[in-house]
Amino acid sequence: MANVSTLNATGASMDAVKTELASGPRGKRPKRVMSGRNIMIYGILGLAALYYLLPLYVMVVTSLKGMPEVRLGNIFSPPMEITFEPWVKAWSQACTGLNCDGLSRGFWNSVRILVPSVVVSIAVASVSGYALANWRFKGSELFFAVLIVGAFIPYQVMIYPIVIILREIGIYGSLTGLVIVHTIFGMPILTLLFRNYFAGLPEELFKAARIDGAGFWQIYGRIMLPMSLPIFVVAIIIQVTGIWNDFLFGVVFTRPDTYPMTIQLNNIVNSVQGVKEYNVNMAATLLTGAVPLFVYFVSGRLFVRGIAAGAVKG
Amino acid sequence: MTDLSNLSNSVSIRDLSLSFGAVTVLENLNLDIKDGEFLVLLGSSGCGKSTLLNCIAGLLEPTEGQIFIKDRNVTWEEPKDRGIGMVFQSYALYPQMTVEKNLSFGLQVAGLPKDEIAKRIARASNILQIEPLLKRKPAALSGGQRQRVAIGRALVRDVDVFLFDEPLSNLDAKLRSELRVEIKRLHQSLKNTMIYVTHDQIEALTLADRIAIMKSGVIQQLDDPITIYNRPRNKFVAGFIGSPSMNFLTGELAEEGGRPVFRTNGVSFSLDGYEASEALSPGRKVVLGVRPEHIKVDGDLGSEEAHDAIVDIEEPMGADNLIWLKLAGHTISVRIGGARRYAVGSKVRLGFDMTMASLFDAQTEERI
Repeated sequence: MANVSTLNATGASMDAVKTELASGPRGKRPKRVMSGRNIMIYGILGLAALYYLLPLYVMVVTSLKGMPEVRLGNIFSPPMEITFEPWVKAWSQACTGLNCDGLSRGFWNSVRILVPSVVVSIAVASVSGYALANWRFKGSELFFAVLIVGAFIPYQVMIYPIVIILREIGIYGSLTGLVIVHTIFGMPILTLLFRNYFAGLPEELFKAARIDGAGFWQIYGRIMLPMSLPIFVVAIIIQVTGIWNDFLFGVVFTRPDTYPMTIQLNNIVNSVQGVKEYNVNMAATLLTGAVPLFVYFVSGRLFVRGIAAGAVKG
Repeated sequence: MTDLSNLSNSVSIRDLSLSFGAVTVLENLNLDIKDGEFLVLLGSSGCGKSTLLNCIAGLLEPTEGQIFIKDRNVTWEEPKDRGIGMVFQSYALYPQMTVEKNLSFGLQVAGLPKDEIAKRIARASNILQIEPLLKRKPAALSGGQRQRVAIGRALVRDVDVFLFDEPLSNLDAKLRSELRVEIKRLHQSLKNTMIYVTHDQIEALTLADRIAIMKSGVIQQLDDPITIYNRPRNKFVAGFIGSPSMNFLTGELAEEGGRPVFRTNGVSFSLDGYEASEALSPGRKVVLGVRPEHIKVDGDLGSEEAHDAIVDIEEPMGADNLIWLKLAGHTISVRIGGARRYAVGSKVRLGFDMTMASLFDAQTEERI
């Protein structure tokens, strides 16, 4: 309104207009910290954080209490006497079925499943994504489409046929079988991920490398790989969390002595005989969830750094 | 089946066709490029010029036809075996390698001994003056420096033919003109065959020994820059080359006093001095093309037949002044000296220099 009136000012008040122009707003517009918008945003974020952190808090405090204290039922109160007994028990003494060596057995089983599954699936998917993006062959688009359809078929549909296949080739129940299953089921989404990433890299880089005489593997290893740290981190996050948290394949394709950690956790928590040791259950659950959490915290940083590095035009 | 006419040609393209499914990009294209020649492929985007270059480089497989480089049929050869080096618009430097590694990558892949690699890098970086940059990564270079390194990467390969795919299009105007001169100097000292794709007519006119103007996969005219500029073979070439562009007046041929004239909207222009390649038969529908600098006004007029025109708009451009004149229902741009000014609405006498004009058939758009 003030502006409109100054614009309408006649010649007599020109001097007033001039001073108003000079003293008007200049530079950066000040931002209010306590604006309604900010209160809204931070309020909602805070509530959401509280909602998700509360169960975690309950788990942590319960796992640090002794059973007598747990029985008091004050689940939100901090432990009066901190004890790490439940953690030790969950890791090395809790019984599942016949074994009473705790979650440690399942942890090492899970590691032995996780490492080869992640490495093999990412290695295969990155090469096939690279081939699909840069070395188009006849029918490559169709091949890719078929692969993507695989991502939409529910796993449960394929379990029985896979059990029979693994039995016939004699690796049913072994960790090898489970690793193969994890690798294959990781293919569609990982290949899609890598293909799209490589397709997004400048095509001229690939052309330049071909003019320079580099072949399929040299271009992959020396040009493409060093440029794709961010996507590898994304793939690792997807695979580690997916495979570590897997329950269905683990329970179907392994035997009790090769059960991964998630199955063991279930067996500890859901065991019916004796007292329900909530503190041990909480400790066991936190132990099982530690690996994906660790991966998020470590690679999340790497991930951001990778994105930032990729943003510099090369 | 050796074609003797291939001899002394650096690159020969025979009946080359390329189609992606139903889309034909190149059709039955023939082109001979002489040893040491600087050939520019010029055209607007989508005309197939980059596709042709990629075919020569071996990055795209032609559907039909043959490609010879140094009298060797390389149609089925891998890019690295063709004796070519290529420079891309986006530089395409390997971002994770230093400049030195960028230059040596191809040589390492080829398995050259270390001292030979070092020698070649030293030579190329000396020619291009990029020695201080050798330890840097591409991200730490400016656009001009990056393109220089990209040229260096082609240089170290010690090849017969250089291919440039719009190498200057990503640079700002000043750098572009600087590097343009450098590329020309490079060609003069190396005397390699160079094939250069661009959509910039100034680059084409300044650099080329010969220009091939392309449109929808077909070469419209292949000639030296002066011929292309002064005697365009068809209306497309005439309109594409030249800035500000050529004036086109549609009309028909007629005869007055036994001499051929061009008539448009009731006004006749004498065609005296025009070198026609065929008879100028009266009644034929034609397009007269005259470049703004080949129209004379007032004091500049010599023997040309003069007409009255009205100044419509004036565009002073520093060195030149472009005035738009209304004449016989057409608006005609005329380039005059920058110091000469005209008021809008004033009357001007104007005449066409018919020796420099072009006549095109209205139907076929071919030069008459």
